[in-house]
Amino acid sequence: MTEYQVIIDGCKNLKGGIIEAFHALQDKYNYIPAEALREAARQFGVSEAEAYGVATFYSYLAVEKRGRYVIRMCESAPCHVAGADELLKEIETALGIKTGETTADGKFTLELAQCVGQCQATPVITINSQPYFNVTKEKLKEILADCK
Amino acid sequence: MANEKRVLLEYADQIDPRKAEDYIKVGGYKGLEKARSMNRRDLIEEVKKSGLRGRGGAGFNAGMKWSFVPQYADTKYVVCNFDEGEPGTYKDRIICEKNAQALLEGMAICATAIDSKQGYIYCRGEYPFMVKLLNDAVQSAKASGALGDFDIEIRMGAGAYVCGEETALIESIEGHRGEPRFKPPFPGVSGLWSQPTVVNNVETFACLPYILTNGADWFAGIGAASYPGTKVITLTGDIENPTYFEVPTDYLLRDVIYKLGGGIKDGKKFKAVQVGGTSGAFIPEQNLDTPIDFDSMAAIGASLGSGAVLVLDESRDIVDVVTRISKFFEHESCGKCNPCREGTWRCREIMERINAGKACPEDIEKLTVLSRVMKNAALCGLGQAAPIPIDSTLKYFKQEYSCKLITL
Ligand SMILES: Cc1cc2nc3c(=O)[nH]c(=O)nc-3n(C[C@H](O)[C@H](O)[C@H](O)COP(=O)(O)O)c2cc1C
Ligand code: SF4
Ligand code: FES
Repeated sequence: MTEYQVIIDGCKNLKGGIIEAFHALQDKYNYIPAEALREAARQFGVSEAEAYGVATFYSYLAVEKRGRYVIRMCESAPCHVAGADELLKEIETALGIKTGETTADGKFTLELAQCVGQCQATPVITINSQPYFNVTKEKLKEILADCK
Repeated sequence: MANEKRVLLEYADQIDPRKAEDYIKVGGYKGLEKARSMNRRDLIEEVKKSGLRGRGGAGFNAGMKWSFVPQYADTKYVVCNFDEGEPGTYKDRIICEKNAQALLEGMAICATAIDSKQGYIYCRGEYPFMVKLLNDAVQSAKASGALGDFDIEIRMGAGAYVCGEETALIESIEGHRGEPRFKPPFPGVSGLWSQPTVVNNVETFACLPYILTNGADWFAGIGAASYPGTKVITLTGDIENPTYFEVPTDYLLRDVIYKLGGGIKDGKKFKAVQVGGTSGAFIPEQNLDTPIDFDSMAAIGASLGSGAVLVLDESRDIVDVVTRISKFFEHESCGKCNPCREGTWRCREIMERINAGKACPEDIEKLTVLSRVMKNAALCGLGQAAPIPIDSTLKYFKQEYSCKLITL
């Protein structure tokens, strides 16, 4: 079995578990490669179109290649009033990319997110799902430097 | 905090939510034991009598919902809504982090009432660490024997706010796009894989052990008579203590902000508060002396919703905040129905123009008509609620809109 098949096989006994399979794939590759998506469709007995429709419905799932570190910036109202827009500009400047892009070295991808449920410490960013709290310009430098 | 009333969070940080033994030491799983000693009808009656109403936003009587589940069906499901997508809300995460076993016990009580063997917790994709915690908690509860033959599986959402809507959530567990279904049939009759299904919020389930242990009358006597119990609320925005609290439901909104919240940050003045998350109404100063319960909030044209409380100080630009909110709804609309798919797009477009100082008074009229269409014609609560922040601010903060308009 290919690596994709092994990962998908681990979710096969979950009824309707194609989304779980997508999560497992994304945990490994940071996105769902096209070949893996086709394999998932086959194993769960749905058409490729349907599997693609499911994967692209959910903003947490990605079907395009992304960087090793996926940074998501929360832009919902509580983070917005805590200065999310300014912070987003800081991140864009620090990485030299616009929102939605990946750095040339394939290290960082920057995305927007809606509330990630950590509103006790706004503004919030997540990096590969790990939340960072009360992010300031200074903290941001440290956080990015820690991404090796 | 002296002003709080902690029921669900009484042992917060004193017990390990993963460990059934810890929970049992503080009286856990007694409610389930009691539920199992009752017949199905009496159990549902007890829950009805407690007056427990859904904590996920719609405020439906929990016992009543369970009573719709037909007895004849072979398979029935208990589904916990832990999608928690409403911006400003993190109370379900807090309840799980502090007292996950109470959620499991509550689900097992529901399973006893409707005779179900299988439960699902639908946990939002942004909480992978909670999936781990819940899996450990279920394992421990199973090992302790407390759950009996009731199984609970954790499924993960993937960043779609609409999946908090119960039928969209069901679609998502089934492995589909999370688009809401037409109702009826309601999930109680035909839900997950077309079987009778009860969907309740985390907090609703977590109340049940305490209701069974202490009795329906005890619960009914806490807080507001028509929406009894406690509510976990989360404070965000321009507030001194941006944290969570558990309060009786007759607690005043003003006290939430000034007593528990410690008042407005940096000694500034209050401007508005949005209760219930991003789909809630903005409430002006004059309505602050209202209890937070479901019906009192509804009476002032607001909603308790998820219990999120976003406070804005005098310096905030309401139109700017509402513009951001309209972007949220455009992004989260699932696109299944026209009034919402096109409506949220238009709302955002008009709000952006107003915010940029490029709109005229007719745009406000268009916005008002659009809002009426969406409220009446959208298929699910997302499209119906999307114009509420706009409407409520047009009502109470019209001046802020007017001064951004071009008048010829
Ligand atoms: C767009 C939308 C989002 C919702 N999000 C949630 C949510 O995140 N959590 C929740 O418990 N209920 C949510 N609901 C309400 C659910 O549809 C449903 O009423 C609730 O899960 C029932 O549980 P309860 O009776 O215990 O509140 C949402 C509803 C809509 C229309
Ligand atoms: S109201 Fe919006 S979210 Fe709900 S079904 Fe219609 S398009 Fe989808
Ligand atoms: S609003 Fe940003 S984490 Fe909740």
